[in-house]
Amino acid sequence: MRVNVTVNGEQRQADDVWEGESLLFVLRERLGLPGSKNACEQGECGSCTVYLDSVPVCACLVAAGQVQDRDVRTVEGLADGDTLDPVQEAFVEAGAVQCGFCTPGLVVAAHDLLDRVPKPSDPEIREALAGNLCRCTGYEKILDAVRLAASRR
Amino acid sequence: MDFLRPETLAEALELKASRPDAVPIAGGTDVMVELNYDHRRPSALLDLTRIPELQQWSDGLRVGAGVPYARIIDELGTELPGLAMASRTVGSPQIRNRGTVGGNLGAASPAGDTHPVLLASGAVIEVASVRGTRMIPAAEFYLGVKRNALEPDELIVAVHLTPAKGPQQFSKVGTRNAMVIAVCSFGISLFPEENRVGAAVGSAAPTPRRAHEAEQFLASTLDFKNPRPLLDSVKREFGELVSRAASPIDDVRGSAAYRKHALAVMARRTLGWAWQELLAKTNGSEERPCA
Repeated sequence: MRVNVTVNGEQRQADDVWEGESLLFVLRERLGLPGSKNACEQGECGSCTVYLDSVPVCACLVAAGQVQDRDVRTVEGLADGDTLDPVQEAFVEAGAVQCGFCTPGLVVAAHDLLDRVPKPSDPEIREALAGNLCRCTGYEKILDAVRLAASRR
Repeated sequence: MDFLRPETLAEALELKASRPDAVPIAGGTDVMVELNYDHRRPSALLDLTRIPELQQWSDGLRVGAGVPYARIIDELGTELPGLAMASRTVGSPQIRNRGTVGGNLGAASPAGDTHPVLLASGAVIEVASVRGTRMIPAAEFYLGVKRNALEPDELIVAVHLTPAKGPQQFSKVGTRNAMVIAVCSFGISLFPEENRVGAAVGSAAPTPRRAHEAEQFLASTLDFKNPRPLLDSVKREFGELVSRAASPIDDVRGSAAYRKHALAVMARRTLGWAWQELLAKTNGSEERPCA
């Protein structure tokens, strides 16, 4: 089937999409947007977190056909040209990135948190990132990054 | 595989009648996992996310099957505190943004987080087909492990609940707060005006189930109109009766013996919290329920 969807503000079209395919597969394999990572494929790890109509979701759990005429924003759509989003900037500065596989999902989840709660408490940060797994950092630097991004808002 | 995309409920029911093998999909948090892992290859997916009727609720309270957990937590927490508590324990923010009570009912896993609350608060499930609408009490909805009372041509349309008439509590045991399937869970609803309690266990029997004897024990023991502080002996007996209502198994998440023990503990605690809230309300004090 054909899927028409707005991705990062651009009208995109994917052809020959299998009906049981996920939004994640469409993004990575058909639209050339590999930022969203494919790890668990069961909504456990959060590495594929994207905005769907402004709400963060696991792209692996959205059927491709469900995004027809909807609006998707991926990690690639956060930066403004070469200027990183403040959340991305903070991740770099705080050393919140090691292997980097979980980073795109965490950046989107943190971005959403700071949009909703500009000055989050530590429990609020932990709750907002509870659906994103990182096996390298032990999370401390990630929490630092979110605090740093919040302090600059 | 076909991808069916109805825009109205009537259209969805027509499609389900002509394609009873079509698998309904809303939040996708169960269905997509099965597809991604090649555990299931349905001949068609029936997307329910474009049907406005399923995404709404009315005062009263009829909650559309497609209302995601996040909206229940944010917007219905006052009317449905028990359901909101259970919803808060589902998955992660990403999962709660997508997952729905309709999906919980459709999957009918014994471990589904909202089931104990739906049973304890006397929810009625509205299902529909081209043949008409059926109202199924939650207590009659769960038939077996991942089996429910739906006919092949029916869809879950809504859950009917009354705004809480008294304190409600939910408790769940898992290895962490987020992203856990319940080892076991428990829901309790107090109906002070009717001198009655609803109590139900999750993940501790082939289906979620009510703890009838435990409910009856409290109804005959407690004075809801003039509540006095709970005796420890009442809490203990209640816990024992709840535990006895369960018939759990040993599995990867926990042993049967542990589940029985944990249910008794959760029953005691949640009753304590709920009763504290009732006492505070009745005595007009500012005292907050505490753990």
